[in-house]
Amino acid sequence: MPSTEMAWEYAPAPESRELVRIAPEYGLFVDGTFVPAAGGHTFTTVNPASEEPLAEVAAASPADVDRAVKSARGAFDDVWRRMPGSVRAKYLYRIARILQERAREFAVLESLDNGKPIRESRDVDVPLAAAHFFYHAGWADKLEHAGFGPAPRPLGVAGQVIPWNFPLLMAAWKLAPALAAGNTCVLKPAETTPLSALLLAEVCQQAELPPGVVNIVTGAGETGAALVDHPGVAKVAFTGSTEVGKKIRQAVAGTGKKLTLELGGKAANVVFDDAPLDQAVEGIINGIFFNQGHVCCAGSRLLVQESVAGPVVERLKRRMATLRLGDPLDKNTDIGAINSRQQLDKITELSQAGEAQGAGRWSPPCQLPERGYWFAPTVFTGVSQSHRIAREEIFGPVLSVLTFRTPDEAVIKANNTPYGLSAGVWTEKGSRILWMAQRLRAGVVWANTFNRFDPASPFGGYRESGFGREGGRHGLEAYLDV
Amino acid sequence: MCDGDAGAQTPVPNGPAPGSRTRLDVRKTYKLFIGGAFPRSESGRSYPVTSQAGALLARAAQASRKDARDAVVAARSALRGWQSATAYSRGQVLYRVAEILEGRAAQFAEEVAACEGLGDDAARRSVEAAIDRWVWYAGWSDKVAQVAGAANPVAGPYFNFSVPEPTGIVAVIAPAASSLLGLVSVLAPVIVTGNTAVVIASEMRPLPAVTLTEVIATSDVPPGVVNVLTGRTAELAPVLAGHMDVNAIDVCGVPPDRRTELERLAAENVKRVFAPAEERDEDWERPPGLRRMLAFLETKTVWHPIGI
Repeated sequence: MPSTEMAWEYAPAPESRELVRIAPEYGLFVDGTFVPAAGGHTFTTVNPASEEPLAEVAAASPADVDRAVKSARGAFDDVWRRMPGSVRAKYLYRIARILQERAREFAVLESLDNGKPIRESRDVDVPLAAAHFFYHAGWADKLEHAGFGPAPRPLGVAGQVIPWNFPLLMAAWKLAPALAAGNTCVLKPAETTPLSALLLAEVCQQAELPPGVVNIVTGAGETGAALVDHPGVAKVAFTGSTEVGKKIRQAVAGTGKKLTLELGGKAANVVFDDAPLDQAVEGIINGIFFNQGHVCCAGSRLLVQESVAGPVVERLKRRMATLRLGDPLDKNTDIGAINSRQQLDKITELSQAGEAQGAGRWSPPCQLPERGYWFAPTVFTGVSQSHRIAREEIFGPVLSVLTFRTPDEAVIKANNTPYGLSAGVWTEKGSRILWMAQRLRAGVVWANTFNRFDPASPFGGYRESGFGREGGRHGLEAYLDV
Repeated sequence: MCDGDAGAQTPVPNGPAPGSRTRLDVRKTYKLFIGGAFPRSESGRSYPVTSQAGALLARAAQASRKDARDAVVAARSALRGWQSATAYSRGQVLYRVAEILEGRAAQFAEEVAACEGLGDDAARRSVEAAIDRWVWYAGWSDKVAQVAGAANPVAGPYFNFSVPEPTGIVAVIAPAASSLLGLVSVLAPVIVTGNTAVVIASEMRPLPAVTLTEVIATSDVPPGVVNVLTGRTAELAPVLAGHMDVNAIDVCGVPPDRRTELERLAAENVKRVFAPAEERDEDWERPPGLRRMLAFLETKTVWHPIGI
């Protein structure tokens, strides 16, 4: 996407696919080994940038899930809960180190299976996943100092269901605190992105993690439901859509299972007239186009103060025109592929609704590759609060721009959503940042920044964005009997 | 209920005889507490409340679904002011509840004894424990953020801190057996951190809860911060569990085997559900710990770059 006549073209700079070896078939990771699904069922995972099949992956039946839960329970009772925390810590440190050592392999695999740019998988997903294991490793032998009583106990088997937007990172967010706290795990990766979790299973083998401590069952919604419903599961952790989260909440009702939910969002990114506009525009771009907008905490509603709305939108469009969409493995790519046909259809449908309801749609000139699933970066102006694109989570590279006049109006509009995962504030005035941060009903508030993550920083939502926190001291609570 | 020196007099059906020193007692109408006012149920219903021995103690208002919804509206309008009050101020308000309660301890002991079937000493101890619990929680108002909050050492040039904030409106189904101490033990941790509460009092032992609302109404607690319904738990609890403007629910007053439906209803707006499996009424005298406060707090994490 050349932005001016003077622009020099980028030469292709693809990362090598040869860095990772993808097997033609993958089994389930149960009791420390890879095994085929009991019924022999498989599904195909594809590269969303080319629609090329990557591998056949076992589809776990309820019987397979049962086997995995029993393996996890056995490992919990016989090995993991009895092991000194200092030894559990060493296993987690090992996993962190192996992840760092094999970082590029993971990055390439993640970009192939998910469609995200290699720049992001290489610089964000994989290093953060390693950092999560490293951070939580240190907690494993310090739990009595975490503020949850003198001898906090693990819960048992954690059943964990994760989404496709950050496949490896979400696996790390789930496994690391659970294992540090002394639980054993059965993890179900998303149907469209199973490969990096299966490579992580190999890392567990390489780290000589005792069999059964981590089990990975691949499959679709039925596999997840079998895991959530399994009576041997003491703790359910889910990251995904609010719709599925509510169903899980209902399924868990009355069982006494401990539950944490990290669900959808519709974050407001609030830009005041005194904000440093160039920085703010970078933050807006990062807020909505990072990972193709497949981010639950994406800054999908830009609330800009009316007096600077014109210049902000103009600079935003200019910046959007420089975004490079294309081959996820190219190191210069900013926007990769949409993860699946289904998600592309949803983004397309909501964008059409935005036009139909009267918002102004704009995308930079942008050549979409012929094969694969792609959606051009898109901004809607003239959006009102009742528009579907201002209310519903799009989970794609689509930004809705609304305006406000006073700080009070900004707060009211920002909070006018059933969600409450994240929010952004851009202003040079310190007292206003704190004033806004106090009033925004969101679990994470980024002030003069956006989409920052760290294992030491608790992450999670208010209201219909879910409950429980991941990361930091707070995140341990989800996996302890407190 | 009766004058202490009335024993020698023979009760007369139509009241004390002319010239008698006995006076006819003025009985209390037990009403609901919604938005700082004491309405009867809009349904016009009431139900009999009996002592452990089976004697009629009074009739309590039998709240309707509409009363429950009205209570949620009152709790919502009180929320902003209460959560933005300073922690010091909220602490003083809770302490004031203890002060007023102390002055009426004898009355509460009598009511608790009657409805729980306790001896005088046990009832008095229970009331004293309830007063002390208000004092204990009052002191937490300006400390819980220091215990539950954090400065987080992130790997980058950012200042990052986490603070607890109130969840919002909390529906509380009060313990069935412990009419005052149990109630205080579930109510105080909800409001001390800035939440507002809609309480369903013990169905069979509601009278101390109603009397507590008279204390709350005269203790600087802003109207709507505490709302108390009396009536049928089975009728009222589902309304609150399914209410889209209630943010959390404590189902402690419902036996574990009857909580499932409430938890299902709570899914609709992703309510926080506090459902301690092992809680028993005899446990109320034990130190409560932090978990009831933490159950109704959200953690907000704020990032800001560090630079010049």
